[in-house]
Amino acid sequence: MTTLQRKGPSLDFKNGRVDLSHGGGGRAMAQLVEELFVESFDNDMLRQRNDQASMAVEAGRLVMTTDGYVISPMFFPGGDIGSLSVHGTINDVAMAGAVPMALSASFIIEEGLPLADLKRIVVSMAAASKASGVPVVTGDTKVVEKGKGDGLFIATTGIGRVPDGINISGDRARPGDAILISGSMGDHGVAVMSLRESLGFETTLHSDSAALHRLVAAMVAAVPDIHCLRDPTRGGLASTLNELASQSGVGMRIRETAIPIREEVRGACELLGLDPLYVANEGKLIAIVPGAEAERLLAVMQADPLGRESSIIGTVVEDSHHFIQMETSFGGNRVVDWLAGEQLPRIC
Amino acid sequence: MKYIDEYRDGQLARQIAATIAAEVTPGRHYGLMEFCGGHTHAISRYGIEDLLPANVRMIHGPGCPVCVLPIGRVDNAIDIASQPDVILCTYGDLLRVPGSGRRSLLKIKAAGADVRMVYSAADSLTVARENPGKRVVFFAIGFETTTPPTALVLQQAKAMGLANYSVFSNHVLTPSAIGAILDSPEVKDLGTVPLDGFIGPAHVSTVIGSRPYEAFASDYRKPVVIAGFEPLDVLQAILMLVRQLNEGRFEVENEFSRAVTRDGNRKAQAIVADVFELRPTFEWRGLGMLPNSALAIRESYAAWDAERSFHIETKTVPDNKACECGDILRGVKRPADCKLFGTVCTPENPMGSCMVSAEGACAAHWTYGRFRQAS
Repeated sequence: MTTLQRKGPSLDFKNGRVDLSHGGGGRAMAQLVEELFVESFDNDMLRQRNDQASMAVEAGRLVMTTDGYVISPMFFPGGDIGSLSVHGTINDVAMAGAVPMALSASFIIEEGLPLADLKRIVVSMAAASKASGVPVVTGDTKVVEKGKGDGLFIATTGIGRVPDGINISGDRARPGDAILISGSMGDHGVAVMSLRESLGFETTLHSDSAALHRLVAAMVAAVPDIHCLRDPTRGGLASTLNELASQSGVGMRIRETAIPIREEVRGACELLGLDPLYVANEGKLIAIVPGAEAERLLAVMQADPLGRESSIIGTVVEDSHHFIQMETSFGGNRVVDWLAGEQLPRIC
Repeated sequence: MKYIDEYRDGQLARQIAATIAAEVTPGRHYGLMEFCGGHTHAISRYGIEDLLPANVRMIHGPGCPVCVLPIGRVDNAIDIASQPDVILCTYGDLLRVPGSGRRSLLKIKAAGADVRMVYSAADSLTVARENPGKRVVFFAIGFETTTPPTALVLQQAKAMGLANYSVFSNHVLTPSAIGAILDSPEVKDLGTVPLDGFIGPAHVSTVIGSRPYEAFASDYRKPVVIAGFEPLDVLQAILMLVRQLNEGRFEVENEFSRAVTRDGNRKAQAIVADVFELRPTFEWRGLGMLPNSALAIRESYAAWDAERSFHIETKTVPDNKACECGDILRGVKRPADCKLFGTVCTPENPMGSCMVSAEGACAAHWTYGRFRQAS
C-alpha cells in the first residue's frame, strides 16, 4: 500500500515557490492543502476534508459577509494580508452586533510566490483566527499565471449569529443620537503608506488591525439599543459617516477636537497633503446610540483594551442634505464630504 | 505637531477675529483676494469665513496651477503619454484634469498608457534612470515654488547626459497673473469686482521675495500682505489688510517673515534663470493670453525640452460654454453662481478647472463650504 500511495518529499518552505501545479487539483495541490492549510488552520470541520463545512446552527438570525484583500505590500507594521483578512471579515460580521461563528478563505496565488511568504501569511492568519476564537472551516486555492495577479489575493467570508433583541443597521441613526468612535483615526493607512517606496518616509506607527467582536459583545450586552455600528475602513471616518448619514436620511455635527489622531498620523498626513479623516482604519468602529445611552456606552468601550481611547465626537441631526458638518479646531465650520477619487490605492 | 499647532490655535483665532470685527468700519466693504489656492484651501478647510464680519469678503484668486492650465496643454500631455515607449510622470492633481473629448491622463492610463504619479521632479529623474529603454517625460506645472526643482533636475539631466529624459514645461509667473487681474475691465474700469487688497502667496514669495509685489501697492494702490498658509497666518493677514485700508496705506507687508525676505531665494532664482526664459505669451485658463507670463526651456537645454523633441503644437481649446471658471478665477463670479456647480460639475466629475484641484475655488466651496448655501 505504501508503495502505491507514494508520498514525495515535503514542500520546501524555505526556498520553494508556488507553481501552477499547486492549483491544478492534483497531488501537488493536495500536498499544499495538507501541509500548510489543514496543518495551520487545524479544526474538526476542516479535518473532514469535504468541499464544504457543515455545522449545527441555533435558531435565530444569521449574518453573512464577504471581503477581498488585495493590500500591497503584503507585510506591514502591525500585521499582514493574512491577519487583516481574518480581522476585517470578523469586524464586518461584528458590526451587526453578531457573534462571529466561522470563516471561509479563498486564496488566489500568483505563480512564483515564495512558499516561505505564503507560509508566513497562513501562519499569521491561523494565529489571528485562533486568538479571535473564530475558525477557518473551509477554503479554496487557485494559482494564476505569473503577471496575472500580484503575489496573493485572499477572499474571506464570515457568518455570525445575532443575539436576540439586537437590531443594528446603518439606516437606524436618528436625530438626537450620539456618535462615538473607539479610538484614534488613520493608523492603518499611514502605517501602510509609510512602506510605499515612492513616499520615502519611515514611521514607528503600527496598523491598528484587530478583531473587534469582543468589544462589540461587551457593547451590545450593556446597551442593546445601539442603532448603528460600522468600521471606518477604506475612505476613513469621513466616508463612513457619509454612508451612515445617507443610509439613515440624517445629517451629523461633529467636533474636530474630539477626534483622537496620533501625532505621527497628523505629521505624515501633513507631509503628504492627506486628511486623516479619510485615511483607513482596520481596528476601529463608529457607534451611534440614543443620546441618553452615550455616556454609559462610552464607559463600556473605554474599559475594553481596544476601546481605551473612545470618545463621543458628535450628534445626529435632522438635515435633508445629509451633510456631515464639523466644527473645526479653529472655531469655524465645514462640510466633511465623501472622498473624491482615491487618496492612495490598495490599502486593504 | 510642534511648529504647526501654534498656527492653528483656535483661541488665538477668536482673539484676532474679534479684533478684525472691532476694527472694520461699519458700512465699508472690504473685498480681499487671496491669490493662492493654498490660502483658498486653508480658508475653506478651517471655516475662516465664519470668523469674519459680513462686510469682509474673500475673493478666491487664480493661484492654483492646475486650475489655470489650459485644456490645450492637457491635450498635449495626453498626446505625449499616448506615444509608444513613453513614461509620463506628473503630480497627482493633474491626473484627473479633463482634456478635450472627455479624456484625462487617468483615463488613458487605464487604457494602457504609462502615466505615473510622482511627489517631486527628482522622482521623475529616478524613473528615467531606472528605465533607460523608455522616453521619460516630466509634465511640469506650477508657479515659482515648483520651478526651481524642475530647473534643478534639468541641470542634473544635462550633467548626467541623460538622453531619455525631458520636461514639458508649463511653469507660470505669479506677478503676471496679479497684473492681469488688476488690468481686467471688471476691476479697472467697470468696478464690478470690488477688489481692495491682496493676500500675497506664501511659498511663491519664499522664492521671488516681496519686491515683485511693490508695483501693485504703489502703482495700483492695492495693499498686499504676504502670508503663510496656516489659518492664523490668513487671519492675521486679513487684519493687516483691514488696517492698511482703514489708514489709507498701500504697502507690501510681510506677515510670513519667518520664511520670506524682500529679495527671496537668490540661489533658486539663478538656477531658474540658467534653465528657463520668458515666453512672449502663454494661455491661462480663465485669463486668456498673458504676455511674459510663463517660462520656456532655454536653447542650451533643448535636448531635454519635450516641447521640442515631441514637436508640441500650441492649440487653444475653449471651455464648456456654460462653465464659469474664467469669471470665477477673476473674482467676477462665485462658484455657486455657475449653473454647472454641483449639478454636472462635482469633484468626482469635474467639468471646469476650478473643480479639479482641491485648491480650486469650486472644489473648496463644494467640499467644505456648501452647507452655507443650503442653510
